[in-house]
Order: sequence, then C-alpha cells, then structure tokens
Amino acid sequence: MTHLGYLLVGWGVTLGVGAAYSFRLVRRGRVVASRVPVSRRRWMTAEDK
Amino acid sequence: MTETPTVAQGETRTVGTASRTTWWLGLVVLVGTVALVLLAFFVAPEDDEQRDAVRMIFIHVPAAFLTYVAFVTTAIGSIMWLWKRSVWWDITAYAAAEIGVIFCALTLFTGSIWGRPTWNTYWDWGDVRLVTTLILFLLMVGYLSVRSMGDDEATSTRAAVVGLIAMINLPIVNRSVEWWFDRTLHQKSSLTDGNLEDMTLFTMVFGLVVFGLFFGWAMIHRFRVGWLERELRVGDLDDALAARRAEAIDHQESST
Repeated sequence: MTHLGYLLVGWGVTLGVGAAYSFRLVRRGRVVASRVPVSRRRWMTAEDK
Repeated sequence: MTETPTVAQGETRTVGTASRTTWWLGLVVLVGTVALVLLAFFVAPEDDEQRDAVRMIFIHVPAAFLTYVAFVTTAIGSIMWLWKRSVWWDITAYAAAEIGVIFCALTLFTGSIWGRPTWNTYWDWGDVRLVTTLILFLLMVGYLSVRSMGDDEATSTRAAVVGLIAMINLPIVNRSVEWWFDRTLHQKSSLTDGNLEDMTLFTMVFGLVVFGLFFGWAMIHRFRVGWLERELRVGDLDDALAARRAEAIDHQESST
C-alpha cells in the first residue's frame, strides 16, 4: 500500500479525536446529570439502559 | 403496579445523557466505523494517479460535509434565538458549533495530510479554499469563545451575531473552487463531478452516512449536556433567590 504513513496519521487522528470527544461528552453528561434533580432532566430519558 | 423508579432512587444513580436511542445509535456508529475502515482500506480500489492516498477522501469529504451541516444548524439556531428567544435553539446552536469546530479542524487536518502526497505541500497560503476554510474555523472558534464568556442572554445574543457573521463565509468556502478555480489546488466537488468509480463513490457515501449518524449521536448528547448545565444554573439561581427571600422575611420579623 502506498502513502501508508499519511493514511495512518490522517485516519488515526480522525478516529482518535472522534473517540476522545465521545468519551469526554458522555463523561461530562454523567457528571452534570448527577447534579441535576431527575424532575429537571427534560429532553432526556431518565431511565438507565 | 410497582412504581419505577422513584425520584430518590433516580438521583442516587448515574443516569448521564444516554438513553436507549443514543445507546443504539452509538452502537450503529461503532459498527459503521469498523465497516467504513474495512471498505476504505480493503474494498475500494486505489486511484490511477493518487494511488492509495485517495483513501483519505472517505474521511475528508464526510468531515467537510458535516462541517457545513453543523454550521448551518448553528446559523438556524442563532436566527431562532435572535427572533424567538428560543432557549432550545440557543442550546442547539451552541452544540452544533462545538461539534462543527471539531469537524472543521479534522477537515483542515486531513486535507493537509492528503495534500502532501498529492500536491507536494501540506499548506498553501495563496489557496482560496484552504484559507477561507481556515477563516471559517477561526470564526467559529470565536463563536465558542464568546459563548464561553457568560451564561446570560446578552452573551447568547453576541454569540449568535458572531455565528451569523461566520455563516457569510460558508458559501464562499463552498463555491471558492468554482469562483477562483485558477487560485486553488483543490479539486471541484467530489460528489458532483462524476469522476469517482462505483466502489469509491459507494464508500464515500457510506462514510457520509456514518459521519452523519455520529453527528446525530453527538448532537443529542451535547444538547442534553447544554440543557442540564442550564438547569443547574437556573436551579442555583432559584436556590439563591429563595435564600434571599427567607433572609428578608427573617429580617422583617426580627425588626417588628
């Protein structure tokens, strides 16, 4: 395969950034949700999976 | 019938911003990403001129397309905030801007990495497509900066204005390869020029769908985070007001 280094960097950074942002977003949601009463959690399902 | 769950039970659990919908959507994105990697590296053919470097198209084009989608969402949200003072749209605009900035950064990065083997350079300051995209990125970083300066209505309004100013640049970015075709190394639209082979086109469209589903998943989570943060602020404000009222009543009673 030609240009393997460029492909690995391009794809690796893209997938890495996507995964890191997703992880951070879910974690941020858990932290903030734990501080808001259930009665005020509008726009989301209050039940766990 | 058993009542489930009680508020007290709910408060002790970590619920987060996930729901059944986002759980399944996340799973589809995960499986789709694996399928996209397999299609991009093992099924789609190499290009006659670019050879394997063409495989960057499967992430670069979807990232660029979702940048447009995200920033248009921000523009719509900004208009709705300015027009109707809709908090829902204000939070949506902020969420889309944050995700859009990430997509825009990835568009610039993957384009730069792709440019080295195809154009023999990572960056060209005279290239209108590259520079206008960078300006769009900086404007939206400006939107996020303004938005992070406060939680009040005036901050939302200022950010909305910045968001709308940034949108003026969006059609310029999109049409720059047509308007200044002699001042860019960038090719014209990959989707409409009809030069892509069947499997390459299919993989790129598949990439658009996967990135689109990820955008949807991230938007739902980011919106919920924004809504919860707002609820937290409003709740704190309510508590503070209640405390002040109680203090005032105590003061009145003690003075009479």
